[in-house]
Amino acid sequence: MNIIVCIKQVPGTTQVKINPETNTLIREGVEAIINPFDENAIEAALQLRDKHGGKVTVITMGPPQAANALKDAIALGVDDVVLVSDRAFAGADTWATSYTLASTIRKIGQFDLIICGKQAIDGDTAQVGPGVAEFLGIPQVTFAVGIEVNNGMLKVNRLLEETNEIIELKMPAMLTVVKQINTPRMPSFKGKIKAKSAIITQWNAKDINAEENKIGLKGSPTSVVRIFTPPPKGGGELLHGSADEMIDTLVKKLRDRKVC
Amino acid sequence: MSIRVIKEKCIGCKLCVPVCPTSAITIVDKKAVIDLDKCTLCGACPSSCKFKAIEIINEDVQAVDKSQYKNIWVFAEQYENNVHPVAIELLGEGRKLANELKVELCTVLLGDSSVEKEAKDLIAYGADKVYVAIAPELKHYTTLPYTTVISNMIKQHKPEIVLFGATTTGRDLASRIAARINAGLTADCTGLAIDKETKLLQQTRPAFGGNIMATIICKNHRPQMSTVRPKVFKKAEPDRSKKGEVIKVPVKIDQKDLLVKVVDIIKDTSVKINLAEAEIIVSGGRGIQAPENFKLIEELAEVIGGAVGASRATVDAGWISSHHQVGQTGKTVCPKLYIAVGISGAIQHLAGMQSSDIIVAINKDPDAPIFKVATYGIVGDLFEIVPKLTRKLKEVRG
Repeated sequence: MNIIVCIKQVPGTTQVKINPETNTLIREGVEAIINPFDENAIEAALQLRDKHGGKVTVITMGPPQAANALKDAIALGVDDVVLVSDRAFAGADTWATSYTLASTIRKIGQFDLIICGKQAIDGDTAQVGPGVAEFLGIPQVTFAVGIEVNNGMLKVNRLLEETNEIIELKMPAMLTVVKQINTPRMPSFKGKIKAKSAIITQWNAKDINAEENKIGLKGSPTSVVRIFTPPPKGGGELLHGSADEMIDTLVKKLRDRKVC
Repeated sequence: MSIRVIKEKCIGCKLCVPVCPTSAITIVDKKAVIDLDKCTLCGACPSSCKFKAIEIINEDVQAVDKSQYKNIWVFAEQYENNVHPVAIELLGEGRKLANELKVELCTVLLGDSSVEKEAKDLIAYGADKVYVAIAPELKHYTTLPYTTVISNMIKQHKPEIVLFGATTTGRDLASRIAARINAGLTADCTGLAIDKETKLLQQTRPAFGGNIMATIICKNHRPQMSTVRPKVFKKAEPDRSKKGEVIKVPVKIDQKDLLVKVVDIIKDTSVKINLAEAEIIVSGGRGIQAPENFKLIEELAEVIGGAVGASRATVDAGWISSHHQVGQTGKTVCPKLYIAVGISGAIQHLAGMQSSDIIVAINKDPDAPIFKVATYGIVGDLFEIVPKLTRKLKEVRG
């Protein structure tokens, strides 16, 4: 079973802080990590491979330093990695990113399953997985919390707002996974050694036969016109007194504001 | 396509340096220098520069004939023939946008024959036209038949704006349609406006877990599509006397689209009120110490008609099902009132609830980060405070 996992390198948001003077994100010293949901995607792929055999290939689109995310993936035990990197990809929105990843997968060739994280923690869009599936003309199941494979059929447990759906479909298909699906493994010592000496395959726009007007800023229907920090939540108030007094004050305030 | 610093305008003030998500900007000889290997042309620095010294150079892209596209569409998501509340919210907001552009507000309703009666309601809530697509295969949402039917309708009728709720269904569907018809799609918007001059839809959304906001436009592609976060906009008020047109759309289901089958739907009986829809949420965190103590949370929630939420720690520990989880890994919520009980307020949790109108935090640790976003904070023992608060609220609410 050939599985392709699409990942993204993101800044570790737990460390993102706002500079109160300039009201901007403090980026210094923020390390780049594999998007946490993509770690679940890698883990899901590795578990399926370990059970059914086959190969896991991890791909990412990004600047040259995104190779580090692929090295981390090698340390986790994936079989192959590809970095697609080109100045021409810069400024890509989710449409152009989906097109670029789909073109990369076409170049790789045969596959049974594509797995992505449900969304990236920097953009939070959840749009790229379905986009890749559409460009490749294969079905999708988003927000998977369980995956089983039986005789080429997939059985997927899908986590919705209030319910779970059990879905059956044939491969090839594209799945996005939620955090709850598994606990990602730690890199092994052997894996780390392998990652250190690994040479990362790198493809550019030409290598994947991408059409020039479908990639990067030019291929992106959407563009950012303004970025700003949301106004700080003003006037937090710590209540004082005994438990009963604090509760009385709180209930009065909530009743005054007609919320309960 | 590139980016450049206009040297004559740059004064080396360094404002752009911390804004860059990829640390691509350095100051050399009092001028900003952008490392093109690191830059992703994200657009953050041009808007941070007070001297208009950074510009993104975008060659003109072949535009679609935008004059052919008009009217605003709202996708009327339905589950078991009940239209999702977010669609009514979108009709409220869509009305304002439609009035501003002087165009019609339309809605798209898919389902089996029993869904047709909902069309009248949608007209009362503001739709001028309701496009109804009926087929047994459309009764329950699945990605491909819905994508094909709606994409074909968009190609035929050419709306200039299409709005979806940012629900699991809306996000699954809109992404697929956008890729199919080459449209721009902005995810999880919390603000929509029409630019006075260009008449473009300005879509504002949080990114980096709500740490920054971005306004996004779609200049040359049509339609302009957005998914919009539930509970951000007010529901439209119904006007039963309002007239509208119901248009039945001929449906042809492609057999290839039916290869994905929903074989079972498992209901979670612990979910009494859907978190994303709740006006009030009471959430429990690690501070409640044991799974049975969720009873305290449930009792408080019940008294004020709220939904029960939970932090990731409690879900991971198996104390409660993941349908209750609030935060980056779980759900993003913005109720009128959010009561956080025994939740320290990790940034991932805050990302999921900090846009709530009023936040009450109850925690014994005065340094817990939750107090930084709390409207009202109570430092104390939740095992004393919560039962007393429940009793008090029961009393005053009669």
